[in-house]
Formats: sequence, structure tokens, C-alpha cells
Amino acid sequence: MSDEFVLKTEDLTKHYGGVHALEGANFELKKGEHVAIMGDNGAGKSTFVRQITGVEQRTRGKISLYGEEVEFGGPLDAREAGIETVFQTLALADDLDVPDNLFLGREMTYWNWLGPFRFLDYKGMRQATIDGLNKTAVKIPNIRNTIRNMSGGQRQCVAIARTATFHSRLTIMDEPTAALGVQETAQVENIVRQLKEQGEPLILVSHNMRQVFDLVDRIVVFRRGRICANLDIKSGDYTGEDVVSYITGAKTGEEYMEHAL
Amino acid sequence: MSDTTPNPVVDERIKAEPLISRLMKRPELGAIAGVVLVTAFFLITADSAMFTTAGIINFLTPAAQLGILAIGAAMLMIGGEFDLSIGSMVAFAGLFFGICVMVWGFPLIVAIPLTFVFAAFVGAINGMIVIRSGLPSFIVTLAFLFILRGLSLVGLKWASGGSTQLRGVRDATENDWLAPFFSGDAFPGLFAWLAEKGLVETFKNGTPKVSGMPVEILWFVVLALVATYILLRTPAGNWIFAAGGDSNAASNSGVPVNRIKISLFMVTACCAALVAIITVIDAGSTDARRGFQKEFEAIIAAVIGGCLLTGGYGSAIGAFFGSIIFGMVVIGLTYTDFDQDWFQVFLGGMLLIAVLFNNAIRKRVTGER
Ligand SMILES: Nc1ncnc2c1ncn2[C@@H]1O[C@H](COP(=O)(O)OP(=O)(O)OP(=O)(O)O)[C@@H](O)[C@H]1O
Ligand SMILES: [Mg+2]
Repeated sequence: MSDEFVLKTEDLTKHYGGVHALEGANFELKKGEHVAIMGDNGAGKSTFVRQITGVEQRTRGKISLYGEEVEFGGPLDAREAGIETVFQTLALADDLDVPDNLFLGREMTYWNWLGPFRFLDYKGMRQATIDGLNKTAVKIPNIRNTIRNMSGGQRQCVAIARTATFHSRLTIMDEPTAALGVQETAQVENIVRQLKEQGEPLILVSHNMRQVFDLVDRIVVFRRGRICANLDIKSGDYTGEDVVSYITGAKTGEEYMEHAL
Repeated sequence: MSDTTPNPVVDERIKAEPLISRLMKRPELGAIAGVVLVTAFFLITADSAMFTTAGIINFLTPAAQLGILAIGAAMLMIGGEFDLSIGSMVAFAGLFFGICVMVWGFPLIVAIPLTFVFAAFVGAINGMIVIRSGLPSFIVTLAFLFILRGLSLVGLKWASGGSTQLRGVRDATENDWLAPFFSGDAFPGLFAWLAEKGLVETFKNGTPKVSGMPVEILWFVVLALVATYILLRTPAGNWIFAAGGDSNAASNSGVPVNRIKISLFMVTACCAALVAIITVIDAGSTDARRGFQKEFEAIIAAVIGGCLLTGGYGSAIGAFFGSIIFGMVVIGLTYTDFDQDWFQVFLGGMLLIAVLFNNAIRKRVTGER
């Protein structure tokens, strides 16, 4: 059955003019599975994320979500389809406060018949924000402050709290802990573990080998725009060193040999 | 702890800040301080007639005409774009309105909505070009500044048979039931009553010196309130701030950035059309110079009101007060011994002081260096 897969891409490709940032990616994510995407800088990881979240329009290829082929016109479509994303370059509005950011694009409101001019439910959003932040246990002094004044890590936590607040069918995090301190990183990892317990599928882009081995079931390695390995790390067959050799190009997964560079 | 605890422990993260520090963070603070400052200046230097009812209405009227434009411009600036063509748009919409009334003989109930639709359409073209091309709106709308001004001239000569003015609008609209909403004075009864009670100045025969509130002032106030409500209390307002601050981040968060920006261009153009309709009915004619350089004055008022040129920050109330400052300076000088020639010097100085002040406050409040 095809719908045992949460996400499936076939021949997913993105060219920026002459730059082949992503080439023929066949990727699968099963229900409840947590997969890490690793690879050097510029390997095409974020490009892959941008194609499946509708931020950019792919050059070619197919994307299906829960067995249904999808065609996202923009990030809002992807979000409405249940994909929650923490982007590497954060998607936050500097001059809005924390609740406004958390709910940007899907505000809690009264008087919905007024369309875009309906009333914002500030109180409800504040409470939900507090609940969301409690999940990440991040310390933000006053959530009514604008995001502009916050540290990189605090901003990151707001973005993560956003994904943790809304129940989703697929969560994608692009280097979520890159800017975080030790404690905050541990908290984010806890969120990921919670998602795992709740059976919510996740794609985690990360350079942190320890974190990846701690958290996920499987590693997909990208190299120069192509997938070059698919490693089931729960099997215990792979060490961190193996993964590194796939990333650097010393090794290539058997099924990907024909394109090896 | 039960739900009925009289003093629930307030989470420190949602603790209300002291009012004063919250007010200090508002973008319109500079403009309000400016109003106080300018008022003080004219209280000292100007004839006391300036602050009688008649005097106040005297400077509020040009303030209102500018302010209607400035509020539109401010919303667009918060959304991260400029429209340099609004001054020309006043002439162009005025021309279209004039043609509706004079050439096609439409009643106002048809002519006015048609003028708004037409203006919104031109605004949408402006916005569409900016969005599709990705060029700075500054450049695109600068082109429209000239195009619309030129078209107004061409159109006027066509409609009037060679003149640069189209006259007779007053006569054509005089008996239209919609005219009082767009011209003349509102609440004459109220002013008569106030005069009777001795609350406003009267002529010797007992009629009030000011027969009513010019309608543009009402439009100005209503527009400021509506714009403020939208900006601060609705999702659309959040989207405007987000789109102006970082359009990329906003669209990643699912904000319909392009739709927001194009709508803002349309709203701004409609503000210009409103000014056009009011001034054309009032003057009874339309000409190609109408709204000349108003785009700069509107942007100045918005900036005095705390809008950042970079977008994502500002307020409609700020633009409201910015426009009032503007009106006070223009008219106030005639009540003083200063020569009217000083007007532009004052204006430039005001702009500079306001921007420096806003900048200093902002850095102070946000802790930036
Ligand atoms: N908008 C764009 N236009 C042109 N080239 C681009 C664009 N976006 C990305 N690229 C290129 O595509 C390649 C892949 O970039 P991508 O952002 O996916 O890398 P990444 O794997 O996420 O790297 P990192 O680990 O540094 O985040 C890079 O060579 C990059 O320069
Ligand atoms: Mg990346």
C-alpha cells in the first residue's frame, strides 16, 4: 500500500539556472518514522526542504503526501496540508511579538465573518503561546516584546514552539539547534522525542552526528544535490565514521552507485 | 489553586509592562510630541486667532486632505512599499471623476463608486508591476508619477476641448443627494446649537463663525480609526507588518504577501481618489495640477508619524498627527510675523527633527546601539 508512506518524492529536481541544487531525489518517509538528512554545506538539503514545503516550485518530479500526489502553490498550502516547518533561515516577523509570530498566517480570531478584518484573539493567542513555550522550556522574558530584540537562540525557540504548538502530519526541522545553547538543544531534542512518542513523523536536517544517532531511525545522506546513501542506523550496522565517509564521498550507497561522482 | 482564586499568579512572560514604557514603544510617540511642540511654538509666536474654532478648522482642513493620503501611504509603507504616484493619482482620479460627471452626466451614486473602482484598478496595475518585476516600488511608481500626470493633462484637454481645466462640476452636483457626504460642512445644527450656548464664537447676529465641520475632517478621522483598527486588531494588520518587515519570512509563514501588497496599492490609490472627489466637488472644477507634490508631503507626514522607510514599522495614528503638524505649519505661519517663504525651511526642519527623535527613541526602547 502506497499510503504507508507519509512522504514520498520521485525524481525531485531543482535547478537554479545552471546550478543543479537537487537532482533526482527519491525519498520516502514511513508513518511514525524519524529521518535525518545529512550532507555537507551546499549539498542541497535546504533546497530539498524548500521543494516539499512549497516555498519554491520544483523543476520536475513528484511529491506525494500520505499516498496522494500534492501540488503546493505556496507555503500556506503545505501548511494547510499539515506540514509544519522550521526553516533554516527563520520565518519570523521582526516587528511582531511572540504570539503574533506563532500564529502568523493562522491567527486565532473572533467574528470570523469579517474575513481578513476579523478580530484578533490576543488573550487566546497569549495563553496558547505560553503553553507552546512550556513545551520547549525556553526562557523568553516577555512574550510581548518584538522578535527583533531577541537572541538568535530565543528566536529559534519561537520558531520551534510554533511547530510544537500545532498538531501536524509531518514536521520538518532544518538545522533547528544550530544556534542553540546546551540546555536549549536538549529541550529541542526532547520535543523531537515527544513527537516520536506521539507517532508524528519528522524530517530533521542536522550536522550534529551525536544528535542524529540519538534521535532518528534512519539517515539519508545528500551529496552535491543527489541522495548518496540511505542508512538504517537502528540496525546498528553503521557508525558515525561510516556516515562521515558517505558525506565526504569516500563511500556511496550501492543503490546510488550509477550516479556516483 | 482553584479557578476562582482572586489574584491568580500572573506568568511573568505575559506580565503587563508599565504603561509608560509601553507608550514609549509606540511609533506615533514622536508625532504626538511633535504636535505638542508645534502647538507650543504657535501659541507663543502666532496670533491667538489660530486657536479659535475657526482657526483650528482652518488648519485641520488642509491637514485632513493631506492626512487621507498620508494614512494610505503609511499603511503601504508599513507593508514595505512606496507609492510616489499618489499625487498624480489625485489629478488622474479627479479627471476621471470630472469626466463621469461632466461628459457622461452620471449622478454621484454612479460616478463616485466608478472613480474608486478606476483608482483601485490603477493601483492594482502599480502593485502588479512591482510584485511581478521585483523592482523597487520607488522606481515603478516614480514612472507612474509622470505617466499619470501626463495622462491627466491629455485627458483634460480631450474632455474640455483644449483647456487644462474642467469646470462646472459644482453646478452639476449641487442638488445630488450624495454631495453633502463629500463636500461642504457637516453638523451645521450642532454648531448652531453650540453657538446658542455660547460655546463657539459667533458673529454679532448670533450665527456661528464656523457653520460646520468640513466633511474631509470627518473622513480623515474615520479613516485614521479604521486603519488603526485594521493594523492593530486584525490578522490583515499582522500580515501587513510581517510583509513589510521581511516579505520572505512572511510568505514562508503562509502570509499572502503579494495579495497584501497589491491590496495596499489599491487602498492607497483609493485614498487619492477620495481626496480627488472631495476637492473636485468643493472647487467645482478639476485641473491637471491637482495633488501636485502631495506624494512627498504624504510620505513626510507618514515618516513624522513614525513609519520606517524600510517597512514593517509605523502607525496610522502617527500619520494622522504627522498630517496635523503639517497643516499647522502651513497655515500657522500666516498667523505669525514670519514670511510664508519660510514654510519649506520649517517643513524640512520638522522632518529632520522628527526623524532624529523617532530614531533616538527607537534605539533607546529596543536597546539597539
Ligand atoms: N536561490 C538560489 N539560487 C541559486 N542557487 C541556489 C539558490 N539556493 C540555493 N542555491 C545553491 O544550491 C546549492 C544547495 O543549497 P542548499 O541551501 O540546499 O544547501 P544545504 O545543503 O542546505 O547547505 P547548508 O548545510 O549550508 O545549509 C548550493 O550550491 C547553493 O548555492
Ligand atoms: Mg541548509
